[in-house]
Amino acid sequence: MIPFIIRRLFGMLLVLLAVSFIVYLIFIVIPGGDPAIRIAGRTATAANIVAIKQKLGLDQNFIVQWWDMLKQLFTGQLISYYDGTNVVQQIKAGLPVTFSLAVGAGIIWLGFGILVGTIAAVTAGRTTDRLITAAALIGISMPVAWLGLLFRYFLSGEKGWPALFPDGGYVPLTQNPAQWFYHLLLPWFTLAILFIGFYGRVLRSNVLDTINEDFVRTAKAKGLTPTRILVKHTLRASLIPIVTLFGLDFAAVLGGGAIITETVYSLHGVGWYAAQSIQTQDLPPLMGVTLYGAMFIVVFSLLVDIAYAFLDPRIRLT
Amino acid sequence: MAERLLEVNDLKVSFATEDGIVQAVSGISFGLERGKVLGIVGESGSGKSVTAMTLMGLTRGVNARFEGEVLYKGTDLLKVSDAELQNYRGNELGMIFQDPMTSLNPVYRIGDQIVEGIQAHEKVDKRTARSRAIELLRQVGIPNPDARVENYPHEFSGGMRQRAMIAMALSCNPSILIADEPTTALDVTIQAQIVDLVSRLKDDFDSAVIFITHDLGVIAEIADEIIVMYAGRVVERGSKRDVFYDPQMPYTWGLLGSIPRLDRPKAERLHTIEGMPPSLINLPEGCKFRPRCPHAFEKCQQEPALENRVEAPGHLDRCWLDVEFKRGRRDETISGGSAEAA
Repeated sequence: MIPFIIRRLFGMLLVLLAVSFIVYLIFIVIPGGDPAIRIAGRTATAANIVAIKQKLGLDQNFIVQWWDMLKQLFTGQLISYYDGTNVVQQIKAGLPVTFSLAVGAGIIWLGFGILVGTIAAVTAGRTTDRLITAAALIGISMPVAWLGLLFRYFLSGEKGWPALFPDGGYVPLTQNPAQWFYHLLLPWFTLAILFIGFYGRVLRSNVLDTINEDFVRTAKAKGLTPTRILVKHTLRASLIPIVTLFGLDFAAVLGGGAIITETVYSLHGVGWYAAQSIQTQDLPPLMGVTLYGAMFIVVFSLLVDIAYAFLDPRIRLT
Repeated sequence: MAERLLEVNDLKVSFATEDGIVQAVSGISFGLERGKVLGIVGESGSGKSVTAMTLMGLTRGVNARFEGEVLYKGTDLLKVSDAELQNYRGNELGMIFQDPMTSLNPVYRIGDQIVEGIQAHEKVDKRTARSRAIELLRQVGIPNPDARVENYPHEFSGGMRQRAMIAMALSCNPSILIADEPTTALDVTIQAQIVDLVSRLKDDFDSAVIFITHDLGVIAEIADEIIVMYAGRVVERGSKRDVFYDPQMPYTWGLLGSIPRLDRPKAERLHTIEGMPPSLINLPEGCKFRPRCPHAFEKCQQEPALENRVEAPGHLDRCWLDVEFKRGRRDETISGGSAEAA
């Protein structure tokens, strides 16, 4: 297993390098990408622009620029073009918010996803299953931005109804745990509903496939109780694909992927920071956030592979 | 007389499907005594597996309909609730299945899977159950069972997995062991070992065996009584001697003729029964084997009853053909074309 992990870590480094290069490339190619022109302002002279380019190192070879940016990023010296703040510190500042959002939403969507998927499979073809299936499709189909706005409009006092929940914002866990929980409840569910519907659908069909497996019939023939057959034999096998889904989805949210949810609820996490930087076409923060997110994806895909080896003894990591 | 364990009376099983009612089993009756081996033989779709699974209640479902009786020590297993049935499954009746590759759960250790079965029926602690699992593995001939008990199914060969399945099925000392084509997925030498094992364990555990197969050769050694099924019906039934030496149904001849044998003149090629088993939704009129039977005549438009037509009592068949006529013709089918030359 150790050689496997070492090999994968090398692969991950290559992936991150490639990601950063592609981000840089995209930024150079898109119109209005040259930061020197924008920083210099509307009335700048050509000399101003050249001076700025020199100061930022933008007059150098493209590859050198990219490599310098990576060096600055990994030494924690990368500075935003737009407001001169330190990128790494900005990302660090967003971490508690993003982690709070991801962990809470992850628990909710995994728990409810398994619950509704199992109930739908057990009652397959009956009314409960149909209702869950319909609800899941609605959940999958609702855009997160719209759902977030609906929640805020109806539940946070904007319509004039009594405000059941605070209207966005974040209270640090260390400062007031109850308020932390209260403030995050709506964002958690906003983010989780899509995943609950999706996981529920996937698990339902997995369970229905597994029910027809020979080893489930063997379990019945042993005289086990239906609950034990469901939990120990059917669900155990059906949950393995869910682990993959969860690993990657959770990594994406941890990595700042919940851009819309964080923006709708003004949670100043990594996703929100990414959204801000996109608006100002600010390359250094985008590079930082992208690599930060990509790192979670590659780390979690390694964790998923390791988890597989524990969940299914037939899998050997080589 | 040995204890009568099982009494199946006119069991009928049908399933409602989108294409119509599938009459999988249409009236099978038999009894089983302790220490005996009953062989049920037939092609795919003859209803033999459905019969076996129905005894265990494994065919229960919203689409399934059952008629008749399955009396186990006097209790009708068709009537007991699902919860009650759990006390019989694995405990009074043990079952092994066709494909040992898929019948064991790949993610649990062999030992844990046996322990799980024991603990489902008996209040024993894990350590006791585990040492029993090791003992069972030893009894079914797994070498080095103390270590092997920790293995996962994929670390066992096909034959060893089937042995482990047998150990699991016998773990609660059931009165009846149902073996549903236990050798079909295994190669020939392993087949023989499994059959010997079942036969030996039947005596060790003082139980009865229902052995289901499509291959009459497999049960030639161990069966006391043989039931030949076709299209959900019993078409011939008798002692092993009756069925092997005086078979009355042309279908049985076909099954016998399709076994390669060393003690007969070598046929050019093995006999094949032409055609396919009929659809269980639209059965042919009259004798169900008529469309495939080379000896069919007018009378076969009516279905013959399962009756005793020969001297041996208890040897029943469903065939209108004259007994003497059949005795003259059947060797052609059973031994192949070269029998005449010999």
